[in-house]
Amino acid sequence: MGNFAANEGLSIFVILVWLGINVFLFVHFYMAFLFDRYYYTRVILGHALSWARAPAACLNFNCMLILLPVCRNLLSFLRGSIQHCSRTAARQLDRNITFHKLVAYMIAFHTAIHIIAHLFNFERFMDSQLMINSSSLPYVLSQIGNNDNRSYLNPIRSNETNPTIVMFTSIAGLTGVVITLALILIITSSMEVIRRSYFEVFWFTHHLFIVFFIGLVLHGAGCIVRGQTIESEKVHNPIECHSQFETWGQNGTNCPEPVFAGNPPMTWKWVVGPMFLYVCERLVRFYRSQQKVVITKVVMHPSKTLELQMKKKGFKMEVGQYVFIQCPSISQLEWHPFTLTSAPEEDHLSVHIRIVGDWTQAIYTACGGDKTVVLDAWTLPKMAVDGPFGTASEDVFRYEVVMLVGAGIGVTPFASVLKSVWYKHVQENKNVFTKKIYFYWLCPETQAFEWFADLLQSLERQMTEKNMSDFLSYNIYLTRWKDAEAAHLRVQYEAEDDPITGLKQKTRYGKPNWDNEFSAIATQHPGSKVGVFLCGPTALATALGKQCHSHTECGAEFIFNKENF
Amino acid sequence: MGKIEWAMWANEQALAAGLIYATGGIVGVAGQFRGWQFAAFGIAAGVFVCLLEYPRSKRAKGTSVERTGQYCFTVCVKAFGPLTRNYYFRAFLHAALCVPGGFMLATVLGSVCLAIASLIYLSAAIHGEHWEPILPRTEPPKRVGESIKEPPQNPPPRPPPELRRKKVDNLETAAYDNPMSVTINE
Repeated sequence: MGNFAANEGLSIFVILVWLGINVFLFVHFYMAFLFDRYYYTRVILGHALSWARAPAACLNFNCMLILLPVCRNLLSFLRGSIQHCSRTAARQLDRNITFHKLVAYMIAFHTAIHIIAHLFNFERFMDSQLMINSSSLPYVLSQIGNNDNRSYLNPIRSNETNPTIVMFTSIAGLTGVVITLALILIITSSMEVIRRSYFEVFWFTHHLFIVFFIGLVLHGAGCIVRGQTIESEKVHNPIECHSQFETWGQNGTNCPEPVFAGNPPMTWKWVVGPMFLYVCERLVRFYRSQQKVVITKVVMHPSKTLELQMKKKGFKMEVGQYVFIQCPSISQLEWHPFTLTSAPEEDHLSVHIRIVGDWTQAIYTACGGDKTVVLDAWTLPKMAVDGPFGTASEDVFRYEVVMLVGAGIGVTPFASVLKSVWYKHVQENKNVFTKKIYFYWLCPETQAFEWFADLLQSLERQMTEKNMSDFLSYNIYLTRWKDAEAAHLRVQYEAEDDPITGLKQKTRYGKPNWDNEFSAIATQHPGSKVGVFLCGPTALATALGKQCHSHTECGAEFIFNKENF
Repeated sequence: MGKIEWAMWANEQALAAGLIYATGGIVGVAGQFRGWQFAAFGIAAGVFVCLLEYPRSKRAKGTSVERTGQYCFTVCVKAFGPLTRNYYFRAFLHAALCVPGGFMLATVLGSVCLAIASLIYLSAAIHGEHWEPILPRTEPPKRVGESIKEPPQNPPPRPPPELRRKKVDNLETAAYDNPMSVTINE
């Protein structure tokens, strides 16, 4: 429980503030429509008016917020600036997609309330047009404005129509249907099943948000929410005059006919700022993508992994960052994220791409993966790189003690970290804040070890040469194996080098006992802040998160950081 | 656009449409709107669509993720055989169900969503997809080995009895080591 506050405190605070603002807006706008200005509107609609306007205000607020967490470049810039002041605040920006989803759920929720309230509103407006009886106030109210068609209250102007037709022929109704449909399509294609397996459907459908925002801004253009004008309120007080509706405007009364007008659209004031920021974001992405990128080296690894080394002018990165890569000859519209496996000290940038789907398979073929001859550099496809974008691993060197946990291909950001460690200590000998690194790699198959094992081997050698073998302590866990392999491993038990990786440190089998590991590290480094960095599946994240919260022996504090793609 | 199985998205869309159709219907009936009969139909159609669409189909490629508790629904839907297996039929069924919803404002949204789901199902059917139930894998329990059931017929190969007995004074010529000392069997 001790670490819970350190790990989750700021998130909970942000969410509470956000919910608080939502509640405040809801209540404030609910009450705003209980004033006398809307007295006659409420005679027809009742409280359904307020029930429609309150979520509308919350929708304005949330639609303003929803574009902000996906402005990658802006967030990256903010993260870099805030980092110098507060590590915790910078970590909060890593959870941008979670916040984006929360705001989306809130938009869906408020849309539902808004639509249901308006269903009642339309029905009641229609009812009051159909009560053709001069001694009914709603009917009398609905007839106001029949001459000039401007001072009316009831947007349904005749009794020969029905709500469905009115909806499709009014700006508010038509835009409402269009944006709700766009929202529903966006939501159904964002379900995890679709997102994980058919990313293109998710990505292309998500661009319906453009339709959504245009419709949203136009939604209020018809000024369909109407109340008494200020001038009319001065001469006609609804509280006193509502009972004399049969004699309004006639000689001898002090109640002239009330005059109504619509409220001007407000939504654009909320969303124009974020829309502008988002347009800037896309322009920045486009500009960065136009910069020339050259592939300098292509390496095929046996575990269906492709390593691409590229050069881009003026490219600067930090450890553990990721980039988006596009290959115009394969697809003009697809940008895919990959973690950088090169260190900032190197002169090129490299990514390790695992070949799983269409796009990666196409890259493999384009870079000559299926050919055995060496290709000339000019035959390699042109690439575009957007980034780098910061993630949690940037913070590694700000902790004194660090635990790095990578599962399978999730080890890639740590490749960058370890290479950087080697460069810093061995070549440049800078005074590094980090004193000890514990590295855990969980892998289901031995083949995947190959390219990373090379890196670890060279690190191992360098560390022993410089007498620093206890700076880095690494543990590799093989979580699945075949019986035949197991037999071979049993025989090789006594060998000095590990039979799988060729490293001095033996590979372990099965999953690590996290309780023991955490306790051991806590006792070894009392009173220090230990940064725990994970790149792997959610189940492991939950397990490690729990361990971070529960282990507080000897005053050690575990701060959990998870990469999320 | 990659090897998308349209039915997966059509399923999500249809489930959402069913919920919206039913909700609109409930509002229409509860508020006693004009044309509430269409709303009542909307509730029935929405619930029916939800029940039909709740069990996810097994994917042609890749792992299929079940929805919680979908097994009983899978069994019911499977019982209808080719009617539920074929996506052309589903597309036309959804198209037919959505028409009455267009006559009343409360159910219009559900109706349009269901129409879109119907179009996506049509696309799935044209691409040759069909509905497959996700059934729990009835793997045969791991057999330890046939031979465990029957005791071995022959004794394991051993050297002749004379050499088997470990001579206390002559350990080197013993055929094998015994964990415990053996007394001479006379």
